[in-house]
Amino acid sequence: PVTPPWLSPGDTSVLAGLYGPAEAKLSKELPDRAALEVLLRPKVGLPGVLERSREQQLRQTCEAVVLGVLHPRTAITLVLQVLSDAGSLLSCCLNAACMGLLDAGLPLCSLFCGVTCALGPDGAITLDPTARQEQEARAVLTFAIDSSERKVLMSTTKGSCSVEEMQQCLAAAQRAADTIFQFYRDSLQRRYSK
Amino acid sequence: QVWQIRLDMHLLNHDGNITDAASIAGIVALCHFRRPDVSVQGQEVTVYTPEERDPVPLSIHHMPICVSFAFFHQGTYLLVDPSEREERVMDGLLVIAMNKHREICTIQSSGVVMLVQDQILRCSKIAAVKVAEITELIQKALENDHKARKEGGKFGFAESIPNQKITTFKMESAAVDTNNVEEQAGEIIAKADPPSEIFVNPILHTPGTAQIGEGIENSWGDLEESEKEEAAEEEGESKAAAFACQKSETEDTSMMSKTKKDEPIVLSDSEEEEVVILEPQELPRRTR
Repeated sequence: PVTPPWLSPGDTSVLAGLYGPAEAKLSKELPDRAALEVLLRPKVGLPGVLERSREQQLRQTCEAVVLGVLHPRTAITLVLQVLSDAGSLLSCCLNAACMGLLDAGLPLCSLFCGVTCALGPDGAITLDPTARQEQEARAVLTFAIDSSERKVLMSTTKGSCSVEEMQQCLAAAQRAADTIFQFYRDSLQRRYSK
Repeated sequence: QVWQIRLDMHLLNHDGNITDAASIAGIVALCHFRRPDVSVQGQEVTVYTPEERDPVPLSIHHMPICVSFAFFHQGTYLLVDPSEREERVMDGLLVIAMNKHREICTIQSSGVVMLVQDQILRCSKIAAVKVAEITELIQKALENDHKARKEGGKFGFAESIPNQKITTFKMESAAVDTNNVEEQAGEIIAKADPPSEIFVNPILHTPGTAQIGEGIENSWGDLEESEKEEAAEEEGESKAAAFACQKSETEDTSMMSKTKKDEPIVLSDSEEEEVVILEPQELPRRTR
């Protein structure tokens, strides 16, 4: 079961495929909850260390949301294929992952979305930056924000910024999350209204 | 020195006949690719970056395209470009790779079907027609892409996803109101507890070695009362020795330390009384 590719401004697209809950290998199964595995495939080359670290971040975000206790001793596999990368890749992966979880009908306690903020040298905040804006920025922060109370599920920073700037980016990201959740709603409504 | 080309193919959706799709994708990718320009003068080789000189395409002599045929009922029925369900129930498969000059590049037959000569000839004629069509499509697509890149239009995978289908949802980039962000952030910071003060006083053991922070107490199990007393005694003893010969001790990360943070901290190993200092670079670090 595969979701259509998720796009973000700048034409970054990620394809998400979710399989499960299916039978888990004995070595991987957990007695009380579902074992979640995330595989991130880059566009070119074999998955390397960067992909592994992204996979861990995505996995921990998903585990916080998926009600794994309803499906013990099963395996849920999420495969993300990067189709094109033009900036804000991690938040695109987060959005694709959430849509994949929704599409597959897995029980979730809340939705989540990913927002990237780039801090320019003068302190200006750009949301969902393109690859070029990311390179020129002083710091790039990615937040995974949940839908029930706009709390932070995961945050990653590259570069340096002050605490105030981080809080500002977070507040901006929470605003942007509203738009994204509205988009989720609209697209699901359209999809299931036929 | 030669160039090495690597072609990564990602299968997004399998609805039959991966061979044909993969062959088309591969050949188009190779035709589309541009490699950095190189100039060779005697023994010197200069590789130019894409900014210095435009990358050049690979030299592709011809474009072989695969066409697959599925056979059913011992060759009675023939299907071109089988779908996934047809593949699952077919008796035999014939793959012909041909280029637009009607030259057969590959023939591959598998399955339980025995094919007659005129069947194969018929298949190759069908393949020639198909390959001519597909090659034209490829040329047109490459030209469109070339034009779009020159004129600065949008290109790439994202653009090729059709906008008008029911299953696609697109939202224009939306502006987000970030006017009160600074105030909101300021409030959050004011309400939050100040982060606990972290004393970062590096402890200098010897020139070239330092330690920041002290190890945490071992939480695996409670030490027995007697053991604790013993340890305390030993520490007391060796501390006396330590103050006496302060400079000639190697330190070890100790479990329990209640020393003040302002004095140069001397950590003692309660098991050893006399230790020798080696050169700072070769200082052995022993951890319990």
